[in-house]
Amino acid sequence: MLEIKNLHASVDGSEILHGVTLKINRGEIHAVMGPNGSGKSTLAKVLAGHQGYEVTKGEVLLQGRDLFSLSPEERAREGIFLGFQYPVEIPGVSNMYFLKTALNEIRKHRGLEELDAMDFLAMVKEKMKMVNIDESLANRSVNEGFSGGEKKRNEIFQMLVLEPKLAILDETDSGLDIDALKIVANGVNSFRREDRAILLVTHYQRLLSYITPDRVHVLLDGRIVKSGGKELALELEEKGYGWLEGNAA
Amino acid sequence: METSTTNIEELATREYKYGFVTQIESDLAPAGLNEDIVRLISSKKNEPEFMLEWRLKAFRHWLTMEEPKWANIHYPAIDYQAAHYYSAPKSNKGPMSLDEVDPELLKTYEKLGIPLREQAMLAGVAVDAVFDSVSVATTFKEKLGQLGIIFCSFSEAVLNHADLIRKYLGSVVPYTDNFFATLNSAVFSDGSFVYVPKGVRCPMELSTYFRINAEKTGQFERTLIIADEGSYVSYLEGCTAPMRDENQLHAAVVELIAHDNATIKYSTVQNWYPGDKEGKGGIYNFVTKRGKCLGVRSKISWTQVETGSAITWKYPSCILQGDNSVGEFYSVAVTNNYQQADTGTKMIHIGKNTRSTIVSKGISAGHGQNTYRGMVKILKGATGARNYSQCDSLLLGDKCGAHTFPYIEVKNSTARMEHEASISKIGEDQIFYCQQRGISAEAAVSMIVNGFCKEVFRELPMEFAVEAQKLLGVSLEGSVG
Repeated sequence: MLEIKNLHASVDGSEILHGVTLKINRGEIHAVMGPNGSGKSTLAKVLAGHQGYEVTKGEVLLQGRDLFSLSPEERAREGIFLGFQYPVEIPGVSNMYFLKTALNEIRKHRGLEELDAMDFLAMVKEKMKMVNIDESLANRSVNEGFSGGEKKRNEIFQMLVLEPKLAILDETDSGLDIDALKIVANGVNSFRREDRAILLVTHYQRLLSYITPDRVHVLLDGRIVKSGGKELALELEEKGYGWLEGNAA
Repeated sequence: METSTTNIEELATREYKYGFVTQIESDLAPAGLNEDIVRLISSKKNEPEFMLEWRLKAFRHWLTMEEPKWANIHYPAIDYQAAHYYSAPKSNKGPMSLDEVDPELLKTYEKLGIPLREQAMLAGVAVDAVFDSVSVATTFKEKLGQLGIIFCSFSEAVLNHADLIRKYLGSVVPYTDNFFATLNSAVFSDGSFVYVPKGVRCPMELSTYFRINAEKTGQFERTLIIADEGSYVSYLEGCTAPMRDENQLHAAVVELIAHDNATIKYSTVQNWYPGDKEGKGGIYNFVTKRGKCLGVRSKISWTQVETGSAITWKYPSCILQGDNSVGEFYSVAVTNNYQQADTGTKMIHIGKNTRSTIVSKGISAGHGQNTYRGMVKILKGATGARNYSQCDSLLLGDKCGAHTFPYIEVKNSTARMEHEASISKIGEDQIFYCQQRGISAEAAVSMIVNGFCKEVFRELPMEFAVEAQKLLGVSLEGSVG
């Protein structure tokens, strides 16, 4: 699904990612873990095409296609979804209008007919229930006045509606209480399918108690220093990241 | 990676969509302004003596006045003697039916996207189309006539409803009011007149499309709307003008009068030529718009979407004279490239328990300068008066400016005032968030800006709201990158 080869990226001239290589197959869930400032969010944003980051070396293929030849919106239409660590507020634009516009852009790109308001509403109601989003939230402005937990659930809700091929979830677990965490995890698990892949970017192991990853990677100082199965996450929880620092050279 | 910049620059250099000139022979007065010209205008229109006297008084007063300089706008000095003060399409012989209208004129309207016939029929809108200075087509007059509603060109009203003109003309904006209004009083060419009788609710939106055409023609419309006791009327004004290199002066006057329990809703979408992207050309728009809530529980509501003109100087205001009367001002003003707007409102509370609401949304892009200037004045007798003001500015890019000058004058201690103001920038983060959901940068800006303006757009009649949203998108093309 996604192949990252020797990826180097920098912000304002200083390099953050120093050669990341990673391969995610269809149907897999990968977790990228690491301490603050290790480059996790940079990796997520570079994949989504944020203009604040410059790719200096390496390549990324999405189903064999060069990702960097695509604009951010084209990547989204091709099936990349980024669950934001800090979802952005857009005053005056209703959540539903925003999501319907997004969905129809993506459907158009895939050669599907645009959904009309009625069909859209019916589809969306179903998915709102899955992540316990109140219908009143749907008509409020995008993320405006949402609590931290509501914003994160809203990201998962959008993912369920837009049905991407690859979902990159950047610290979706941060700031969630245990109930919200479970709701988010359920949403992600229900999204899991043979033809989709998920990249979880997280600081803590606790999300991984509810979502079982196929692979866990440790990102330290812009490099992946260790990869393993789901048990690696538990090991990190126990030992922290310090013991891996020697690997980062 | 392809950035959105190239695409946007391409769109930004797109030419003004409505820039064309209709080949119609104009009946043009010689350039310059003096008493003879004023007399000529009056005689061309076969005006009664009182009208000429009024014009001459205004003209003489104008000679004693100086152009105001306090607004936050900059433009080269206007040579008032170089302009023409009268121009009428030659084929016009007074009001006609649509079938008699010069086909060239109709074609012009079609290019503007206003198929008069269809629009009138389908949308149920009565269009008093003003081409240059003289009304050439008025529709639905009969239907309105059955209800006793008068909707006609100003010139017609002067001839046929002289009593109403005498009574109300200058009663809200006196001919001595200000430099531009006084100039208008002397030389106004035409405009619209509306009278809604007691207890009548006007069943359709009344609409006028203004258009400036002949070269070097100053355009001085005069609009007068009177809503008698318990009546209701919604009036729409929409504008486009063809492309010109030379700046064109436009100084209109609009007067509204609402009697007891009457409501007037006045909506404007203004899309005149703003000048090219270097700031060359464009319309200078110096307008005086004022409404008087004369009666108890009367209401006047201004809604404006200002996207065009090189310079906008405009303060639709309300005089809240009747007890419990209500004044509202909802405004979206966009300045892109080198456009300058100094706009806002005045709410003058005279009667008891009068209420006013001001919602102003300024959007600046390119080198645009956007100024909100508003005054809320609460006089001694205005016990229990209330005002709510909200002024929000949105900046796109870092070369534009937003300025806010709220003036508040309170002479009654029971008054309640609320003022909120904000300035924000369209964040790259907002645009990126939209892009990441599959929405292009261009569409994202349009969506974000429309969201910002939502409180104003919902005050517009439906078809106008749609037009306004599109216009906003077009006006801001090329403003991100």
